[in-house]
Amino acid sequence: MRDTTIDPDRRRSPLAAAAGELGRGFALIGESPVGVVGLALVLFWVAVAVLAPVIAPYPPNAQYLPFAPPGSAHPDGGLFWLGADHLGRDVLSRIIWGARTVLIFAPLATGAAFVVGVGLGLVAGYQRGWIDDLLSRIGDLILSFPVLVLYVVVITTFGASAINIVIAVTFASAPGIMRIVRGLTLDLRNRDYVAAAQTRGESAWFIMVREILPNARGPMIVDACLRLGYVIITIGVLGFLGLGLPPPDPDWGGMINETRGMALYAPHMSVFPCLAISSLVLGFNLLADGVREVAMRE
Amino acid sequence: MILFVAKRVGLGLMTMLAISALIFLLLEVNGEAVAVKVLGPYTTPEQRQIWLEANGYLEPLYIRYFDWLTRLLGGDLGQSIRFKVPVADIVWDRLANTALLGAVTFAIMVPLALVCGVLAGMREGSLLDRTISIGAIVTTSVPEFASAVLLSAIFVFWLGWLPGASPMVEGVDPRQLVLPVMVLVLYGAGYIARMTRVAMAEVMQTPYIRTAILKGLPYRLVILRHALRNALLAPFTVIMLQINWLLSGVIVVEFFFAYKGFGALLLEASLNQDIYLIQACAMVAVVVAVATQTIADVGYTYLNPRIRFD
Repeated sequence: MRDTTIDPDRRRSPLAAAAGELGRGFALIGESPVGVVGLALVLFWVAVAVLAPVIAPYPPNAQYLPFAPPGSAHPDGGLFWLGADHLGRDVLSRIIWGARTVLIFAPLATGAAFVVGVGLGLVAGYQRGWIDDLLSRIGDLILSFPVLVLYVVVITTFGASAINIVIAVTFASAPGIMRIVRGLTLDLRNRDYVAAAQTRGESAWFIMVREILPNARGPMIVDACLRLGYVIITIGVLGFLGLGLPPPDPDWGGMINETRGMALYAPHMSVFPCLAISSLVLGFNLLADGVREVAMRE
Repeated sequence: MILFVAKRVGLGLMTMLAISALIFLLLEVNGEAVAVKVLGPYTTPEQRQIWLEANGYLEPLYIRYFDWLTRLLGGDLGQSIRFKVPVADIVWDRLANTALLGAVTFAIMVPLALVCGVLAGMREGSLLDRTISIGAIVTTSVPEFASAVLLSAIFVFWLGWLPGASPMVEGVDPRQLVLPVMVLVLYGAGYIARMTRVAMAEVMQTPYIRTAILKGLPYRLVILRHALRNALLAPFTVIMLQINWLLSGVIVVEFFFAYKGFGALLLEASLNQDIYLIQACAMVAVVVAVATQTIADVGYTYLNPRIRFD
């Protein structure tokens, strides 16, 4: 019975289907100027992160001239385009390498939160009953806690490390994702195609993952963009408070934390990392806005 | 109505209780570790044992929790390890400073955000709407620590107009409040404005607004008398929930500007592992957060004409 479905995505390999989807997504985003700007900002930073070894003028942790102002000459020839920090490290190179840090950990943490949140949201929304009550209550409990208070207490108790940051972000973000997915599932579970699948005798897992999940993707993509921006801010805040990744490897929040005390003498050391993180978050937020706009127009 | 309020308040109290248990478990489950934090790392196991016995740490966990909870409710928050004074003495002072910061922030942020949101939502898709919407996205995209750095670079470093730190050692100095408030307003206003805009735009498309316009009522009156009342309902909840966000925001801002407030205290306590101070701060944060959420829920129901309890 299942083979007679005429959905083309089902017969193509999943990879080809995903590629087609992505291509269509790019074409759609092109209709929203805001979305295009957002996508350009995000892709710019992704390119910077990928090409870091090629485009960074100097090694990120090498020390040259402390407090060198932007545009001053480098002892090895060339320029400190954005100046050097208090330890004489090239700010531009550190921002370029720092893009890697943030673009690895933020998607990792957001992805983990989505896996947990989507899984629980599907179960809560599809199965209903006591499991829904229990999960929703626990979710509300976590959401009622001021997030940063949670992060500060948890991370100072268990120590600042990459894995603890990812766990803390997952713990704090998953309930929000769960709530959205649960709402979508509650709506979608009454559709005809779910009823059809139930009549076919499909398992609950198949219905949740293959029938409901793909149809809930629109709002989830918007939420993922917004949440990525928010997680980038969170990781930045933790670095800024001195609770982030351990030095010396460059991390934008950490760069600002190390140099903010000297901002009154040499603001270039902290201003440029601030601009970097703001532009990346702005990229994700504009992209989310663009996706929402396009989705609403359809 | 009374039943609903009672239910909601009960739920709030349950939430506080559940979170207090979590905080207790997180920080006190290992008595030995507490002893090390209180007595310092250079104590002998015998000394720690004596301390544990004297302070009831050898009792079973649930008895300790109830003891802890009763003391907490009685206002005995323990002794700060770092400041060597009762925790309650520090917390209230700091909370008052943060309340001042928060009150000034709200007094500026809420009217600003509501006006922007209403103006944008009034004529959806107009140039003014686009400008305000994009502006709101931009300001909410700049993290608080980044705007703190950028604004200090401008107003302190280049222009030299404002002080770069706000310790408030010689009483309240309005000049020292400008930058912290500006940072908090910039980050928070965008969100409220966007929510207001959506609510306003929705209201503007309803039949009764069209009727009001078609019957020849001046546009100003349509907005003031008909649209605003319904459009401002949704932002009410958002504004109340912003208090929860403010508790996070003040940690960053107070840390950056060396403002002697509650957020800075919480961070300091956490970094020093000043265990009783962390507990007190976390509990205060939870009580404030849950209380405002409860008020938001009850207030929304009260203000919403579509919900009536008869």
